Amino acid sequence: MTLDIQTIEPSALHAEMLRLRQEKKMDFLVNLIGMDWGEEGLGVIYMLESTETGETLTIKTATTDRQTPYIDSVSDIWQIANIYEREVYDFYGIRFLNHPDMRRIFLREDWVGYPLRKDDKTAEENPLRMTDEPLSDTTTEYYRDADGTIKEKKNVVWGPDEYVVNVGPQHPSTHGVLHMRASLDGETVKKIGLVLGYIHRGIEKISESLTYPQMLALTDRLDYFSAMQNRHALCMCIEKAIGLEVSPRVQYIRTIMDELQRIASHCIYYACMTMDTGALTAFFYTFREREELCKIFEDNFGGRLIMNYNTIGGVMYDIQPDFAKRVKEFSKHLRARFHEYQDIYTGNVIAEQRMKGVGCISNADAISLGITGPAGRASGWHNDVRKRHPYALYDQLKFREIVREEGDTNARHWNRMDEMLESLNIVDQLIDNIPAGDIQTKRKPIVKLPEGDYYQAVESSRGEFGVFIESKGDKSPYRVHYRSSSLPLANAMDTATRGQKFADLIAIGASMDFVIPDIDR
Amino acid sequence: MFDFTTVSTWFHSLLTGVMPEWLAIGIECLIVLLFIIILYATLAIILIYAERKICAFFQCRIGPNRVGKWGVLQVFADVLKMLTKEIIKMRQSDRLLHDMAPYFVLVASFLTFSCIPWNKGLEILDFNVGAFFFISVSGIGVIGILLAGWASHSKYPMIGAMRSGAQLISYELSIGMTMLVVILLNGSMQLSEIVQQQADYGWNIVRGHVPAVLAFLIYLVAGNAECNRGPFDLPEAESELTAGYHTEYSGMHFGFFYLAEYLNLFICGAMAATIFLGGWAPFYIQGADGFNSVMAAIPGFVWFFAKAFFVVFLLMWIRWTFPRLRIDQLLTLEWKYLMPLSMINIVLMALVVCFGLTIN
Amino acid sequence: MALIGKPKIKSIPYEEFKDNESLEKMIDELNAHGTNVIVTTADKLINWGRSNSLWPMNFGTSCCAIELMAMGAARFDMARFGFEVTRTSPRQADLILVCGTITYKMAPVLKRLYDQMADPKYVIAIGGCTISGGPFTKSYHVLMGVDKILPVDVYVPGCPPRPEAFYYGMMQLQRKMKIENFFGTVNHKDKDLHKTEAKALEKKIINQEEQA
Repeated sequence: MTLDIQTIEPSALHAEMLRLRQEKKMDFLVNLIGMDWGEEGLGVIYMLESTETGETLTIKTATTDRQTPYIDSVSDIWQIANIYEREVYDFYGIRFLNHPDMRRIFLREDWVGYPLRKDDKTAEENPLRMTDEPLSDTTTEYYRDADGTIKEKKNVVWGPDEYVVNVGPQHPSTHGVLHMRASLDGETVKKIGLVLGYIHRGIEKISESLTYPQMLALTDRLDYFSAMQNRHALCMCIEKAIGLEVSPRVQYIRTIMDELQRIASHCIYYACMTMDTGALTAFFYTFREREELCKIFEDNFGGRLIMNYNTIGGVMYDIQPDFAKRVKEFSKHLRARFHEYQDIYTGNVIAEQRMKGVGCISNADAISLGITGPAGRASGWHNDVRKRHPYALYDQLKFREIVREEGDTNARHWNRMDEMLESLNIVDQLIDNIPAGDIQTKRKPIVKLPEGDYYQAVESSRGEFGVFIESKGDKSPYRVHYRSSSLPLANAMDTATRGQKFADLIAIGASMDFVIPDIDR
Repeated sequence: MFDFTTVSTWFHSLLTGVMPEWLAIGIECLIVLLFIIILYATLAIILIYAERKICAFFQCRIGPNRVGKWGVLQVFADVLKMLTKEIIKMRQSDRLLHDMAPYFVLVASFLTFSCIPWNKGLEILDFNVGAFFFISVSGIGVIGILLAGWASHSKYPMIGAMRSGAQLISYELSIGMTMLVVILLNGSMQLSEIVQQQADYGWNIVRGHVPAVLAFLIYLVAGNAECNRGPFDLPEAESELTAGYHTEYSGMHFGFFYLAEYLNLFICGAMAATIFLGGWAPFYIQGADGFNSVMAAIPGFVWFFAKAFFVVFLLMWIRWTFPRLRIDQLLTLEWKYLMPLSMINIVLMALVVCFGLTIN
Repeated sequence: MALIGKPKIKSIPYEEFKDNESLEKMIDELNAHGTNVIVTTADKLINWGRSNSLWPMNFGTSCCAIELMAMGAARFDMARFGFEVTRTSPRQADLILVCGTITYKMAPVLKRLYDQMADPKYVIAIGGCTISGGPFTKSYHVLMGVDKILPVDVYVPGCPPRPEAFYYGMMQLQRKMKIENFFGTVNHKDKDLHKTEAKALEKKIINQEEQA
C-alpha cells in the first residue's frame, strides 16, 4: 500500500506520540525506520497501528543537523522502540534523547561511521578487525537539561558483581549466531542483554544499489524458513506500486506455497523446540515430514530451502502436473502422523511441566513489544496479517486465527502446532481448484517505482514481515527496510525470561522461534 | 551351576606350587587387573555401538553402517582418533586438578565395576560390606566432575559441575535406600551372598514383591540420574551448557569422561541385575524340572549379561524418549517424591520380612 | 616404492571423484620424500581411524546450517558415516563446517573457535557466502571468503548445497585425510603457518600478562 506520511517537527514529536498512544490508542509500533534524506536531513519514520480500531498512521520527523542529530526517544511509550532506536543509532547515528541505552547493537562498538547514511564513505576505515570485540558494560544516555542543553550521563548495564554468562554467539541453542548476555543468580536468570549483528550482512544497504528484480534474491536469505512469504511481500509491494495485476493462477500458487512454507517452518520449530528441551528423538519426527515437503518443493522449483520462486508479476516456473496430487498425499500423511508429535513430546509430563506457565508475556506487553505471529497470538493478541490486512487469496478463504490467552511457552508451542493443521486446511481448500492462466504477467523489463513510500506486510511463519520501500522514481530503491518478524521476538527474551531458570531461557528462546539472519538483516 | 571358585583355587594352587605365595598373589592381581581393563574397554565399545544403533532405530535412522560390516568398527575408529588427538592445555586452568579430574571419574567407575559378581565364584572385590563399599566408591565420581568444572576456569563447566554435584549427591540417597531394601530382604551386605540367596529362594524382585518392585523402579530412576543420562543429563545438557562440565576437555581426557559415562550406565544395569534380577542366577519356574535344567545349563555370566543389558536397554529407551528435566524439577523429584517413597518402602520391606510375607 | 596409495572410499570408485589431480600431486609429494614401511602402516591405521570418525562442530550462522540439520536427520542420516557425534564444544570436535555467511563481527569469533579446537582439525567451507561472500559481495560487513582467516580443506559450493553435496565434501576430506602423515610433517603447509601465528600470539599474550 502507498503510505500517506504526516510530518512532525522533532520538538513536538514526543508529546504528539504520547497523545496518539493515549487518545487514539495507537498501541502497536509496527516500524521505526531510520532515514537519510540528504539535504532534508536525517530522520525517522514511525508506522503506528491501533489494535482496537485497526487504524494505521505513518509519521515522519527529521533533523537537519548531520553532525550531532538528536531526536526524542519514544522508548518510554512503546517498549519495542528501545531496540529499534538502537538500530537507527547504529546505522544513522541519530541519538535518541532519554533513551537509556545508546550503544551500537548490530555493528562492533569500535565501528567507525554510520553505514546506511548516504554519504558514508567509511568502508576503508572499517577493515576486518581480528581483535576481540569490545563489549562495554556501561552505556551513555543523552538527555535534555531543564535549560535545553543536551547532556550525557553514564548508565551501568552490567555491574562488576554480576555473573554474566555469554549465551552465544556460538551456542547450540541460539539457532544461529545470537549473542545473549545473561546475568545469572545461581540458576535463575536476572536479565538478558542482546548483542546482535553477527550475521548482519547489510541487505538493506546492498538493496539500495540493486535494481528491483535483483533485490528479490536477497529476501529469501533473510528468514530462510519464510523464504516464500518474504519474497511474496516484496513482489506484492512492487506490483502494487507499479499497478501490476497478477493472474488468479499466480495468486493461488502463491497462497498455497506460503502455507506449505509455513508448515515446513513449523516442522523445524518443533524439531528445535524438542531438541532444546532434550527430547532428541522427537527432533527427527518432524524432520521426516519436512523432507516430504522438501521433495515437493524440489520438484517444482529446484530449491529445498532457498526457493527463488516469486517474481515481479508472477512466479518463476509453473507447477508440475502432479503437484496437486502430491500435496494432497502430503496433507493426508501429515495429518496421520500428527498424533505422534503429541505422543512423544507434549504428552510427556516432563515436557508439560517445562512449558506450562513458563515465560509468560502479558497481552499488553506483547503489543508493546510488537511480538506478532504465533508467539504474539499466544498472548491473546489477534494480530494475524492475513486477517488484519488480507492479501493474495486470504480474504476469500475460511480459516481460523489461532489465539491463546496464556502467553506461556505451552501456548506458543500449541499455537504453532495448530497453525500447521490450519495451514493444511487452507491448502486443502485451494489445491483442487487452481485456475488455468498465465504464470507471469507481462511487464516492462526495467521496473521503476513511482516516487513515494510503499509498505506491504505479510504473515510470515513467525509474524508480520513487512517491506518498506521509498522510491525516488529510479530503477533502484532509495531506501528499503524490512520489518523483521524475529527482532521483536528476540527482544522479548528479556521480558519473558526474568526470574526464570537458565534451562527455561533455552526453552523460551526455542518457543519464540526466532531466526537470526532475519533479525540482523 | 558352574562354580568359578574351582578354577581360581586350582590356578592358585598351581602357582603356589612353583613360587612363594606373595608372588602368586601378585601375579593373580596382575591378571585380574588386566581382565578388568580389557573387560572395561570391550564393554565400553559394545555399549557405545549399541547406543548408536539403538538410538538410530528409535529415530527412524540406520546408524553407523559404513565402517566395517554394519558399522561395527565405528567405535574402534573413534577410539583411535581420540587417542591421537591433541590434549589442550589451557593457561587459565588449574593444571593439576584439571588433569586429575578425568582419572577420578575413571577410578570411581573402575572401583564400582570391580564389585560386580559376574558368575558364581567370579567376583573381584567381594567382602561382607560389598553393597556399602559400592555406594561409597561410586561417590568418588562426583569429586571428579566437580573438579573438572572448577579447574576449567570457565563458566559453562562451572554451572555443569554445580548441577552435577547437586544431582549426584541427591540421587545417591535414593540408591542407598533402595539397596537397603534389598539388604533387609537378604540379610546380607555381601553382593555374592545376595545373589546366592536369589539363586536359592528366587529373584528379589519376585521374592520381595511390592516393596521390591517399588525399589526397583526407584532404583531405575535414581540410577539413571546417577549416570547423568537423559532425562537427567543436566550436567552436560548440550543445548544449554554446550558440553557441560567437560566442555574444556579434549582428546583422551574427554575420552575418559565419555568412557566412564557409558560404563556407569552398564554398572547401573549390572547392579540392578545383581540386586533385583538375580545376578547370575538362572530363571526357574517351580515344578517345571525339565525347563529348569535347560535354564541351569546356560552359564551364569550369560544370564548376568543378558539381565544387565536388558536394564541398559530400558535406560536407553528412556533416554531417547524423554525430554530433559529442569534443575528445580530434578531436585523436587528426588527430595519430595523419591526420598519419602524409599523411606516408606524400607518400612514396608521391614514389615514384609518381619512377618515373613515374602514369596518362597 | 610408493607406499602411500590412492585413498579408497566405500562404494564410490576412485574415478568418480572430481579433482583427483591435486590429490595425486599430494601423494607424489609425500612419496618423493621417501617413506618408511612401519611408519606408513601405522599412519594408515591412524588415518583410517581419523577419517572415519569426523566429529563435526555445531556451527552454523545461516541457511546452510539448516541443511546441516537436515543431514543429521532421518532421510540423510550422517551417523552412517561416523559423522554422528556433533560436538558443541570446539575442544572435542575434529571438523568445523562453516555453514553460512561470516561477517566482520563474527570473523574473530570464528577464528577463536578454530583456535580452540584440538589438533588435528579440518575446515570445510559450505555455501557461496562462506567461499566468496556469495550474493553479499557488495556488503560493507561481510567477509569475502572464509579462507581469508582459516585454512580451508574442502569447499562445497551451493546456496545452500544439498545434503548430498555435504557428503561429497566430507568424503573429499576423508580422502585428503587418508594420505596424511601423522608421524612427520602434516600435509597442509598453510596449517603450519597458522600454528606459528597462534604460537606468536600466545607468546605475546604471555608477555603482556607478565608485564601486567
